[in-house]
Amino acid sequence: MSQKSLLEVGDLVTQFKTDRGIAKAVNGVSFDVYSNEVLGIVGESGSGKSVTALSVMRLIPNPPGDIVNGSIKLEGKEILDLPIEEMRELRGNEIGMIFQEPMTSLNSVFTIGFQMKEGIMLHQEVDEATAMKKSAEMLDMVGIPSPEKRLNDYPHQFSGGMRQRVMIAMALSNNPKLLIADEPTTALDVTIQAQILELMLSLQKQREGASIILITHDLAVVAETCDRVIVMYGGKIQEIGTVRQVFKNPLHPYTHGLLESIPHPVEGSRLHRLKAIRGNVPNIMELPKACKFNTRCDYALKGLCFDVEPELAEIEPGHFVRCHLYEESTELTTKEKGIELSV
Amino acid sequence: MSDKRLLLEVKDLKVHFPVYAGIFQRKIATVKAVDGVSFTMYRGETLGLVGESGCGKTTVGRTIINITKLMFHDAEITGEILYHMPNGEVIDFANLTKKKMRPYRSEVQMIFQDPYSSLNPRMTVQQIIEEPLTIHRPEMSKEDRRKRVLMLLDRVGLQAEQGGRYPHEFSGGQRQRIGIARALATNPDLIICDEPVSALDVSVQAQVINLMLDLQEEFDVNFLFIAHDLSVVEHISTRIAVMYLGHIVEYGGSEQVYFNPTHPYSRALLSAVPQADPDSGRATRTILEGDVPTPLNKPTGCPFRTRCPIARPDCANGFPSFEEKESGHWVACPYVEAGVEA
Ligand SMILES: Nc1ncnc2c1ncn2[C@@H]1O[C@H](COP(=O)(O)OP(=O)(O)O)[C@@H](O)[C@H]1O
Ligand SMILES: Nc1ncnc2c1ncn2[C@@H]1O[C@H](COP(=O)(O)OP(=O)(O)O)[C@@H](O)[C@H]1O
Ligand code: SF4
Ligand SMILES: [Mg+2]
Ligand SMILES: [Mg+2]
Repeated sequence: MSQKSLLEVGDLVTQFKTDRGIAKAVNGVSFDVYSNEVLGIVGESGSGKSVTALSVMRLIPNPPGDIVNGSIKLEGKEILDLPIEEMRELRGNEIGMIFQEPMTSLNSVFTIGFQMKEGIMLHQEVDEATAMKKSAEMLDMVGIPSPEKRLNDYPHQFSGGMRQRVMIAMALSNNPKLLIADEPTTALDVTIQAQILELMLSLQKQREGASIILITHDLAVVAETCDRVIVMYGGKIQEIGTVRQVFKNPLHPYTHGLLESIPHPVEGSRLHRLKAIRGNVPNIMELPKACKFNTRCDYALKGLCFDVEPELAEIEPGHFVRCHLYEESTELTTKEKGIELSV
Repeated sequence: MSDKRLLLEVKDLKVHFPVYAGIFQRKIATVKAVDGVSFTMYRGETLGLVGESGCGKTTVGRTIINITKLMFHDAEITGEILYHMPNGEVIDFANLTKKKMRPYRSEVQMIFQDPYSSLNPRMTVQQIIEEPLTIHRPEMSKEDRRKRVLMLLDRVGLQAEQGGRYPHEFSGGQRQRIGIARALATNPDLIICDEPVSALDVSVQAQVINLMLDLQEEFDVNFLFIAHDLSVVEHISTRIAVMYLGHIVEYGGSEQVYFNPTHPYSRALLSAVPQADPDSGRATRTILEGDVPTPLNKPTGCPFRTRCPIARPDCANGFPSFEEKESGHWVACPYVEAGVEA
C-alpha cells in the first residue's frame, strides 16, 4: 500500500546521561505516520514510547537528554534542524500533544479560558475576543456542557475525564495535522476512556489528512482504535504492521507474550493461571546485547539470539519483525523444535 | 447450601462523611460514600467488587478492616459487618472500638493499589514484612519472625538478599509482591485487595494475578478483590458485585455477571471494556454519557437513573429492590430481563 507520509522518523537515537552511564532510551527507531491514520505504539513501561513522542516534539530535556542521531521529517521538512523559534511555532500548531496526566500540562493558577486563548493567540493572528470565542467552540466540540461558563473555571474544577477533554480541545485548537496522545486514557475509568477515544477518533475523521500517534500500554485500546501498530521493547521497534496483521498473526515472541498476558474470560473455564512473560523489563542500563528480549524469551536460540542483533525484516507486505526466528536460515530449526507461535 | 461456610456478612452498611463549612463549622452536607451495601462472602470464594472510581469500593474495604474511623474520625458508620471466625464465633466489626478490634486485626489485611505510597520508604523490605508480626504476634521469637519473613519473600518470588533493600529500589510489580508478603505475614483469614494490579503493565499484572491464585491456595486465605477491570475480576473471582454510587446494583456468579450482565449499569460498564481483538466490534458499544454524579448530590431513587438508557419516571421512587433474575443472580432494576437486550 503506497501511502502519503505525514511524518517520517529515521534511525532516531535519543539518550540520557545518568550517573551510571549513557541510557539509550530510543535506539535506532524508524517509522512513518501516514496521512489519515491512527498509529499505535505499545510496549511495557520503560520501552521508550514517551521518549519517542517527546523526541518528535523536541521536548527532550537537555541535559540530561539528547537526540544524538536521526531524522524527523514533517511533510518532508526536517524538524531536527529547525531553530528553537520555528520549533515552538510548529509545536501546538502543526503537532499537538496530549499527556496522560492533564494536570502536568495545565497550569493550575490560570482559568481554562485564559490558557486556551493564549494558546490560540500564540499561533493565530486573532484578537482576544475571537480567541475566546474559538476556545468556547472547541470546548463545545469536545462535549463540555455550558462551554462559555466553563472557560472561567480552573483546571481543578473539572473531573479527570473533563480535564482530558479540555486537553484535547487545547491540542486541537490550532488544527494540527498530527496529534500525539501519550497514554491519554490510562488514568481514566473504562467508561470515560470509551468516551475520550470515541471523541478523538471522530475528531480525527472530521479533519482531512489528520493523523494520530496513540501511545498506550493497553493492547486492547490499540486493537479497537488504531490502523497500524508499533510494538516497542528496549528502545527498539520489535514488530510493526497493520492492527489486523499484528493481532491476528503476531510474530514476535514479545508480542505473543503481551497478548497472552491479557485475561481473556472464557465461559465455562475456571480460575486458570495466565500465561505471563517471565522475568521483568531489564533496567535500561542492563539491557542485554544482541536481541533485547533474549533474557525473557522462551524461544531464544543459542549462538544467535545472544550474539547477533536481529534486523527488522518484512515478513509480509507492511508487516515487519525483529526476531531471528523469522530468518530463512533459522526457519528449519524452529520448525524442528516444534515452536507453536500462535496465540 | 449447608456445606458453604460463612466468612463475612455485610448488612446495610452505610458510611457517610459529614461536610462542614463556615466559621461555626456547621454540617452543611453529607457525602454518602457507601449507602446501604449488603453482601455475603463464603469461605473459599473470592468476591470481586467492581465499579467506576468514586463509587465507594475503597471505603467498603477500609470499613471492613475497621480503619475508616481511624482515618476520618467523623465518619458515620451504620449497619453490620459480621465476621464469622473459623471457630464459628461471630463478631460485628462495624461496632467495635479500636481496642476491641485489636485481636482481630491480624485476621483481616489489605493490599493497596499504589504499592509505592503504601510502603514506608524508610523501612527495609524485611522490616515492612515483619512489622505486622511484631505488632500482632508479640509471642513470636525474633528468630521465628525472621524465618517467616524469609519464607514469605521466597513465596512471593523475591530473593532473601532483597529483604535488606528499600521500596524505591523495586519496580511496581515487585513492590506489589512486597505488599502481598506483608499482608500474608500474620496468616490472615481475609485479604481485601484494593486494585492490586490496576497500576501495573499487563505482563506484570498477569504475574501478580498468578501469584495471588497460587498463594490463595497455599495460605488458605480468602480474597475480597476490588478492581475496575472486569476481565481481571472475572478471572480471579467466584462471584462479582457491581457497585454504583454507594450501592451494589447487581451481584451473582462471576460468569453470570460477566457473560450475562443485566443491570443497565453493568451492561454499560462491560461494553466499555476494550477487547484485544480488531473484530470485536466497537460499533455495538453503548457509551455512557457524562461522569458519575458526586455522592454529595445523589439522585433520588435509582442512583443510575441520570445516566441510564432505559430510565423512566418511576425510577425516581426509591432504590429498586433486588430481584433474582436467575438462580443466584440478583439485579436491582425492575425493568430489565436477564439475557434480553435493553
Ligand atoms: N529524563 C530522563 N533521564 C534519564 N532517563 C530517562 C529520562 N526519561 C526517560 N528515561 C529513560 O528512558 C527509558 C524509556 O522511557 P519512556 O520513553 O518514558 O518509556 P515508556 O514511555 O515506554 O514507559 C526508561 O528507561 C527511562 O528510565
Ligand atoms: N474522608 C472522606 N471525606 C469525604 N468524602 C470522601 C471521603 N472518603 C471518600 N470520600 C468520597 O466517597 C466516594 C467514594 O470514594 P472511594 O471509596 O474512594 O471510591 P472508589 O474506591 O470506588 O473509587 C468518593 O466520592 C470520595 O470522594
Ligand atoms: S531474536 Fe531470539 S531472543 Fe529475540 S525474540 Fe527472537 S527468538 Fe527470542
Ligand atoms: Mg510513557
Ligand atoms: Mg478506590
